[in-house]
Amino acid sequence: MTKLLASGGEFVAPGVKDFFLPPIFGSVTKPMVLLVLSIVIIAVFFIAATRNLKVVPGKFQFAAESVYDFGRNNIAREQIGAKDFKPFVPLILTIFTFILVNNLFGLIPIIQFPTMSHIGFPLAVSLLVVYPVYHFVGFKRHGFVGYLKHQTIPPGAPWFVLPLLIPIEFFQKFILNPLTLAIRVFAAMFAGHLLLLVFTLAGEFLLLNGGLTVIVAPVSFAFAIALTFLEALIMCLQAYIFALLSASYIGMALAEEH
Amino acid sequence: MDTLILAAEGPVNPVIPHTSEIILGLVAFLLLLFVIKKFVSPRFEALYEERTAKIEGGIEKAEQAQAEAQRALEQYKEQLAEARAEAARIRDDARAEGLQIVEELREQAQAESARIVAQGQHQLDAQRAQIVAELRADLGRTAVELASKVVGESLEDDSRRRGTVDRFLNELDAVAAPASK
Repeated sequence: MTKLLASGGEFVAPGVKDFFLPPIFGSVTKPMVLLVLSIVIIAVFFIAATRNLKVVPGKFQFAAESVYDFGRNNIAREQIGAKDFKPFVPLILTIFTFILVNNLFGLIPIIQFPTMSHIGFPLAVSLLVVYPVYHFVGFKRHGFVGYLKHQTIPPGAPWFVLPLLIPIEFFQKFILNPLTLAIRVFAAMFAGHLLLLVFTLAGEFLLLNGGLTVIVAPVSFAFAIALTFLEALIMCLQAYIFALLSASYIGMALAEEH
Repeated sequence: MDTLILAAEGPVNPVIPHTSEIILGLVAFLLLLFVIKKFVSPRFEALYEERTAKIEGGIEKAEQAQAEAQRALEQYKEQLAEARAEAARIRDDARAEGLQIVEELREQAQAESARIVAQGQHQLDAQRAQIVAELRADLGRTAVELASKVVGESLEDDSRRRGTVDRFLNELDAVAAPASK
């Protein structure tokens, strides 16, 4: 790359600064607008789909039902268990669709920015929603001491490893989980978007600034397109993982035994 | 690189969350959660329940119809069996009754015939006795007349004559008696 760069002007690699564009107006930035747009899209989609539900669904209703079913049966019921999952279905569905739409913004032309690559948004969901919810239901189900025991002492562990195990489990359950939950999706979106930027901008640079390097430009664009498909997969996967882990934490907090 | 940027401009570190974004993220998420919890989930759940009820209702209805048909069949079979039993019973009764009637009639007929025979016998006995009495008087007189004519001897003496006739008749009775018995 340095060799190629030498032929034209200076190639400025995309970096963190590309994620923090100047505000559109006042202190409102692009991701903020996108975030609001995302909840409008999801709300309108579901409300329109459920306005006139029929026992035998039409195409549009079927699509909405598939999404709802996925959140309800594949994630919430699987992870929380058939006994307790009902009250958590809206939460899990909201998490899934919220993360998914905001991720997919990274692929939609003109918008092309995954909102979740700003750590504040996933952190808000994981630290301020999922974390309190699963600990709250856990404390409510098992009592204060009971829940602490339930979360920090894995059943069947021999007594002599407990001094080591309890701090690790506590650290993981009460500090690490919400952070990793947010960082996982944030990092994936951040890195993915950065990769796309690199290949797209490099292609553009090669095309405009190069002499002979023009012939390499399509390779760079081809990579960008291939990565776009990969990104689409990762975006869906990350939304699924976020919802799945949230449900799993709730399920573990509620479980009678592990 | 991070440290460099961090040194130059504080807020550009991507790992440090912006407070405004956290607040906005939370508010937006909770708004969406509210909408979904309030409007979307209940409608879907109601739909699922309706669907389940409809499917289960259909199954239940079919089962009900089947049970009803089964019940009707059993009832019909029962009635048929009852009717058959009833018919057999009636036939048996009729047969028994017929036998009884025949028996009664036979007894009646026998009694009647016995009665008729007895009456006939009685009548015959009476007639015989009458005839015997009549004949006795007649025969006595005729025999005496015949004897007097044959012998020519006047049997004036009444007592002797009666004695002779009686003796004769008694002998005659003794001869006839075994025959009449």
